Amino acid sequence: MATSASSKLSKAVKQQYMDLPQGDNVQAMYIWIDGTGEGLRCKTRTLDSEPKTIEELPEWNFDGSSTYQSEGSNSDMYLMPQAMFRDPFRKDPNKLVLCEVLKYNRKPAETNLRQMCKKIMDMVQNQHPWFGMEQEYTILGTDGHPFGWPSNGFPGPQGPYYCGVGADKAYGRDVVEAHYRACLYAGVKICGTNAEVMPAQWEFQVGPCEGIEMGDHLWIARFLLHRVCEDFGVVASFDPKPIPGNWNGAGCHTNFSTKEMREEGGLKHIEEAIERLAKRHQHHIRAYDPKGGLDNARRLTGHHETSNINEFSAGVANRGASIRIPRSVGQEMKGYFEDRRPSANCDPYAVTEALIRTCLLSEEGEEPMTYK
Amino acid sequence: MATSASAQLSKVVKRQYMELPQGDQVQAMYIWIDGTGEGLRCKTRTLDSEPKSIEDLPEWNFDGSSTYQSEGSNSDMYLMPSAMFRDPFRKDPNKLVLCEVLKYNRKPAETNHRHTCKKIMEMVDHQIPWFGMEQEYTILGTDGHPFGWPSNGFPGPQGPYYCGVGADKAYGRDIVEAHYKACLYAGVMICGTNAEVMPAQWEFQIGPCEGINMGDHLWVARFILHRVCEDFGVVASFDPKPIPGNWNGAGCHTNFSTKEMREDGGLKCIEECIDKLGKRHNYHIRAYDPKGGLDNARRLTGHHETSNIHEFSAGVANRGASIRIPRTVGQEKKGYFEDRRPSANCDPYAVTEALIRTCLLDEEGEEPVDY
Repeated sequence: MATSASSKLSKAVKQQYMDLPQGDNVQAMYIWIDGTGEGLRCKTRTLDSEPKTIEELPEWNFDGSSTYQSEGSNSDMYLMPQAMFRDPFRKDPNKLVLCEVLKYNRKPAETNLRQMCKKIMDMVQNQHPWFGMEQEYTILGTDGHPFGWPSNGFPGPQGPYYCGVGADKAYGRDVVEAHYRACLYAGVKICGTNAEVMPAQWEFQVGPCEGIEMGDHLWIARFLLHRVCEDFGVVASFDPKPIPGNWNGAGCHTNFSTKEMREEGGLKHIEEAIERLAKRHQHHIRAYDPKGGLDNARRLTGHHETSNINEFSAGVANRGASIRIPRSVGQEMKGYFEDRRPSANCDPYAVTEALIRTCLLSEEGEEPMTYK
Repeated sequence: MATSASAQLSKVVKRQYMELPQGDQVQAMYIWIDGTGEGLRCKTRTLDSEPKSIEDLPEWNFDGSSTYQSEGSNSDMYLMPSAMFRDPFRKDPNKLVLCEVLKYNRKPAETNHRHTCKKIMEMVDHQIPWFGMEQEYTILGTDGHPFGWPSNGFPGPQGPYYCGVGADKAYGRDIVEAHYKACLYAGVMICGTNAEVMPAQWEFQIGPCEGINMGDHLWVARFILHRVCEDFGVVASFDPKPIPGNWNGAGCHTNFSTKEMREDGGLKCIEECIDKLGKRHNYHIRAYDPKGGLDNARRLTGHHETSNIHEFSAGVANRGASIRIPRTVGQEKKGYFEDRRPSANCDPYAVTEALIRTCLLDEEGEEPVDY
């Protein structure tokens, strides 16, 4: 069986313990992004009362030499609470706390892309930038093979699986259902789910989120997915091309609009934004996966509803383009556009920041600008 | 499957019985440390009303010849209640009672380190010594192999597991979650948990505890862990080096401060203590595991974030040193320091007593002073 040993432990026994009252004590689970820029880590502390706002959560620290973030001889790194959510695993009053990581000198850690993203978002907050991100992922067994696939072969070719129903079409729906409810409980802005084109591949959408919220909500949604999968004994993979060949990759299509784009005549602003994006394709490709484009190179081939990584294109209702303008937006002459380039394992802070820099701050060229 | 036969027994059936009302009767489970200095034992008695304080609990006795503590011809040993907690398994009004063991002549049993520890703590109570201990442990299947590891091989190398999430990174989280709640219910001062560097290895932290409370709370937390693991059908090991080779060991890093160290300018006092500790390394090594240093010799190699057992060192934010001063303490010039030498299977009474003797009572040399 491709599910973990942990998932076979008695949940009835666990429930008895989880039902024990905890008095005024509150468990706060601090969550951060590790040195890979993709992995999430967590540890818990007891608080003696329920925090009502993020300001009540104390700063903490951890051993960065065990998370690919520092050397053993100087390994303390700081955890700075930024966003608080209800804990769907331990339930109220317990909390999940998303943190930024600072190095020993209190500068942002290398994979702490939130700090800069927040600065950029603060600069344009009067434009009310909204984002919606479509997170695709693949469920794997603990053997690393996609969940439900025959152990020594492949399922039938793609076609029947997208939004499919039935045990021969949908592999692992329990994970999706559990994750959706967990996100709703936690306060994550999950707005939908669907089965994807490759069997055992799924998608959830988070948004609309304004500014820095997009990154916060997507990272927590990913954390919840990893925990839900852990409970079931399977693994969630955000690899952009988990199975080579004639099988879909996994992206994180990013929908974007400003107040202007959403208002009458907004299409003009959408088109201007797309023109600026066209001149900065390489900069965005480098921002859209944690390896500067190398991960996406396996996915953005021009096939399987992707654009080719080497070319920028845009079009109404065109899923083979880098940027797709939804047909309804083309008709109403206002709305939003969809950047289909980001990889499933992208950092949403990096993605949303790049969109703001190019489209709203009119940056050009290969490097981001430094602002005071 | 590497879980026990007991774990397969019906928990539904059990629940029906556990929900039976018990009138005014109270079950008090007496807990003690056996002759190994590491193992815990327990037995229960019925009381006819709920004890409100430790003084309400009667002295008891047991057969020490069955716990490596006495000879059969003269085997009665005494159990002296020392600390009381709520019972998270039987729930209110039932109690867990941590006890000291006395020999037939009413002197402390050989592995009763609490007796002297308490005397030492009383001598310095005006200095308000606080401790926090970071208990590492490994979850094993009943086959003795780490839980979740492939039965005929090894997981991928260390790197992704520390504080990790996901079925391929975290092995046995249910145990950790259950233990945390059980400790909170019982009144044990558990202040945090995290997944550790080796897969199936975890850590919980107890504290801040003043004086004798540190040992009491840590021993009861260990007892609760053994009981939780028993319920799930797995085993908790405090062995300091469960898997040889390129796999982390398990320690019990001990954080320590006095009122003076916690106040402005306290760093000076911290540095003075570290100097004293630097001169008494071997005495502490002998106190820091139940085999006078032999267990720790397998763990303190200088690799895997440990210091070498033969050398004393200290440093700010340095996890390869014997003593680590946290970076925030170095910056604020006050706070506490971390002694990273104690083994996971140490006796916290012995550890905390040694720290007091060297740092606050200015003892020197290989032997403790008799007061």
